[in-house]
This record gives sequence, structure tokens and C-alpha cells, in this order.
Amino acid sequence: MRGAVEFRPGTPLPEREGVWWRRSLDEAGLRLRERVSAAYTVVYCTPLIAAGVILIALEPLLVPVALVSWLHAWVIPELFAHRGARVVKPLPARAGEGGGPEHAARGFLADLLGHEERALQAASGLALVRARLGVWLVGEAGALLVRPGGRRVHCFCARATDSALPRSDRIAHLLLALRQDEVGFATVANHAFAGAAWRVRRRLEPGQRPALAAARALSRLSDEHAEILDRRP
Amino acid sequence: MARLVRLDHSGHTELAEWSAGDQLSYERASELFQDQLGIGYMGVAKLADDSFEQVKELPLDVELVVLRRPIAGG
Repeated sequence: MRGAVEFRPGTPLPEREGVWWRRSLDEAGLRLRERVSAAYTVVYCTPLIAAGVILIALEPLLVPVALVSWLHAWVIPELFAHRGARVVKPLPARAGEGGGPEHAARGFLADLLGHEERALQAASGLALVRARLGVWLVGEAGALLVRPGGRRVHCFCARATDSALPRSDRIAHLLLALRQDEVGFATVANHAFAGAAWRVRRRLEPGQRPALAAARALSRLSDEHAEILDRRP
Repeated sequence: MARLVRLDHSGHTELAEWSAGDQLSYERASELFQDQLGIGYMGVAKLADDSFEQVKELPLDVELVVLRRPIAGG
């Protein structure tokens, strides 16, 4: 009988060929991004914090100016986090959207997810996937990666190239690519932000926050605990 | 029965079904699969351990093969 096709486990995502100049965003690559992001925050914010302190030391009446300086030091990381959290913002509704195609796509997406992940996706619009680099939350046009420990989050912008697909099919496209080749997915997607989970949480839609909480809780579990949970019927 | 499913504007479309004991159904599905690759779809097979693999030929002994469009950075 024909058809005994040989699988090659770990076959890279074909889309990687389109971004051949990028280095693989693996464990080491993610750690580097986290360090660079933290360094950027320090470089941007330290002078503003120091300026406020110096102003007050020179002239206590300059407290309002110092407060403005400190406000800038607070706002800059918030803007970075805002840019990151936007990757999972639901896309605007298109004319004639919904109905049969979305219903069918939702059914297929549900088949790709476990029972709890399915309920979480229905409530938040984000599909939770536990993988080697951390716990992913996949939306229509991007994904969040909660790193082990739950303190740091990476934000990735990615989309299916057919923009006319139903919403749930767009999520299914990203989910399939992620489950094929996690590092490849992170490499192909545009990296938008790396930073504190609490900053990203504040910028998510209220309905998406429980998904981030669930991903953070799962990312704090050891691999053994997570595998026990995975094996539950 | 194994299924060949395409993610498309209708949500998803089941293009073919085949079984290990039915060579004709497999060959028909395989032909359809190659046609879809030719128009830009990518084949992803669901393996027994619930993982997914890129395939360029239709595997015989899997339960599901999905045809998807490429993804790109947003």
C-alpha cells in the first residue's frame, strides 16, 4: 500500500524561509530580548528619575516639575507594554462577519483545544497552549508568551496571510503553526515587547485578563505538575 | 476514517476522507491534497501524540490533515 510517508519530527516551519536573516528566537534568544528590554527601560527611565531628585535637591519649589519628570519615567514603560498588549486586541469587525463561517471555524478551533482551554478561549478570545518556551496565549493577530515563573511576558505580532478568514480560523492558523514549530513561530512573528506581566495585564481588555492569570498560574507549575494536569480526562 | 480539512472562508471544508484499507479513497484524497498544495496551502498532519507536522505528501495512517495558509509577522 502506498502512503507510508515518513515523518520528519521537528521539521521547521516553512515560513522561516521568508525571514532567513532572523536568528532563531529560542530560549537563549528570548533571554537576550528580556535583558535588552530591561536595559532599555533603565536607560530611558533612570535619567528622568534622577532629574526629578536633582531638581528637588536644588530647589524644593520645583516639586511639580520633578513630578512631571517622574511621570514620564512611569509612562514610557507603560507605552511599551501598551504596544505589546495590542497584539492580542480583537480585530475590528468586518461587514458580514459572523454567522455560518465563524460558527464552523469555532467548532474546528474547539477541536484543537482541551476542555478547559476551550472554555477559556470562548470567554477571553485567547487560546492557551503550554509549550517548551512557556505558556502561550494565541489571539487573532498575535500571541503572548508567559515565561516559566509567570513574571515576564513576550508579545508577538503574527497573522494568517488570508485576511478574509473567519476570526476563529485566524487563531487556528497561528495555533497550528505554533504547535508545529514553536521556535519557528516565535522567529517568524514580529517581537513587539518583553517585560513584566503586570504591565501587560493592565493593558489587556478586561475579558482577556483571566486568560493571562491562567497562563501565569500554569507557568509557575513545575513540568511534572503540568503534565499531571494535562493527563486529566 | 482519516479526514482532509481545509481552513477557508467558509470556516472549514472537509475535502476528503480515506482509510488505510481503501486504496482508492486514499489516492483520491492524495490527489486533492497535491492540488491544494499547488495553490498555496500547506499540509499539517495531526500525529498520534497530538503534535502536528508539516507534510508534503498525504500520510496514510493519521486521523487528520489540515490545509492552512501561510502565516507572517504582523
